Amino acid sequence: MEPQKKEILVKIKNAGIFKNNKWLVRDVSFEIYKGTIVSLIGPNGSGKTTTAKILLGIYRDIHGSVERFTKKISYVPQKILIDWSLPIRVVDFMVLTQKLENNEIEEALKLTGAEHLKNNSLSKLSGGELQRVLLARAIAKKPDLLVLDEPVQGVDFTGEAALYELIKKISETLKCGILLISHDLHMVMSSTDFVICLNGHICCSGTPISVAQNKEYQKLFGDHASQILSLYKHNHDHDHSTDGSIKEKIN
Amino acid sequence: MLDDFFIRALIAGLGVALVTGPLGCFVIWRRLSFFGDTLAHAALLGVTISLAVDMNISLAVFIVSSIVALILLRLQKTTNLTGDALLGLLAHSSLALGLVVLGFLSFIRFDIMGLLFGDILSVTKIDLIVIWVGGLAIILILKLIWKPLFASTVNYDLAAAEGMNPEKADIIFTILMAAIIAISIKMVGLLLITGMLIVPAAMARNLSNGPLQMVFFSIIGGLLSVLIGLFTSLKINSPSGPSIISVALILFMLSLIMAKKKL
Repeated sequence: MEPQKKEILVKIKNAGIFKNNKWLVRDVSFEIYKGTIVSLIGPNGSGKTTTAKILLGIYRDIHGSVERFTKKISYVPQKILIDWSLPIRVVDFMVLTQKLENNEIEEALKLTGAEHLKNNSLSKLSGGELQRVLLARAIAKKPDLLVLDEPVQGVDFTGEAALYELIKKISETLKCGILLISHDLHMVMSSTDFVICLNGHICCSGTPISVAQNKEYQKLFGDHASQILSLYKHNHDHDHSTDGSIKEKIN
Repeated sequence: MLDDFFIRALIAGLGVALVTGPLGCFVIWRRLSFFGDTLAHAALLGVTISLAVDMNISLAVFIVSSIVALILLRLQKTTNLTGDALLGLLAHSSLALGLVVLGFLSFIRFDIMGLLFGDILSVTKIDLIVIWVGGLAIILILKLIWKPLFASTVNYDLAAAEGMNPEKADIIFTILMAAIIAISIKMVGLLLITGMLIVPAAMARNLSNGPLQMVFFSIIGGLLSVLIGLFTSLKINSPSGPSIISVALILFMLSLIMAKKKL
């Protein structure tokens, strides 16, 4: 628990995109540091993916500024469509943007439970299998910054918990920064360091507990939010009486 | 030996097949067949300009096709028309312009059939140099941009996010497409160039599991098509371009049977 100096990886300032006479997202500012998980939550169309793409430099025509302090960035996009006409196996896909040794490929696939898919054709994978491969590819080269857009969608229930566990472990062992877009409020509230609640702009942001207690957040997520909050509060109260740390205590 | 028109045609055709193999794979992967057609239509305008100002045909075609390709990239960003509407617009307006210019050139004796379907008799030594030097340059450049181009073909966002600079690779690829059309127009003819790109690559897809394997089979398929096609053309006196594409089609059908057996 020794305090360490946090190294900044990316800094977004007043970023936004104005397209076809409306703001897709505006005035977004935040930073991501090494070893921390920042999560983006918000309803559909609130600009989560857009924000991630601004951060990654996929969108160039933006307002505001983005500063990236590392080049070792990996991305798990929300959707990836592989047409049958493109014959590409998992092992080809792993080295799409990076050089990897065979043992690095196997190790990464093993971590996400996809080692048996190595020689399969990418277009024939199921949604959950593809998700595991996408995650394996992203972590294979041990990036400084990992951007995950709904990384466990389509993964079965037990796999989902295991993958979230893995994401947590990755941020600890690689000491990388992670930007996570997720619908899973349990995951977001229990294992991330900083939460940003988006709805076209930043509604509220802060530690999970402060966001969970925020009125804007509760309005946006309704009943579901208060359920999570009560769950969270219960655990929090329990933990708080013994020691100061609150983050790692919820399973 | 190079004085024999047939040998010249053979060397030219093999050079073309070497380049259409890999490029054809990207045409299929990126769904660009209509784009190839558009550039080929624009090539007619290039040919007529070359006749009007007495310029090398391949050079004129390359310039005009490149300009049309770059206009297309620009229009895709600035208008809301769909991609296929833009392609149709450019294809037919450049074809129309080409025919209008051709109308003014009535004083020139001109073999329009050869232009449309390819003419092996017309391949000169200079054409051989253009095809092989141009072709090797295309292959070399393609090899240099392979990684970002392939990454952007699989997923543009992923390539952009991970520093592959896909935008640049896409633009270079577009220019390479214009170049292959410019160097193969005399051999295959402008109506059939897209066929030369697509048919061997489609055949290769049926036989391969990985991208490099598909490129390899696509080149082999193209070389075989040229070889058999040109010999047939010589034997039964059929036009060269259509003969080559017909052989490619037969190879494609054979590959379908082989793919069925594999399943």
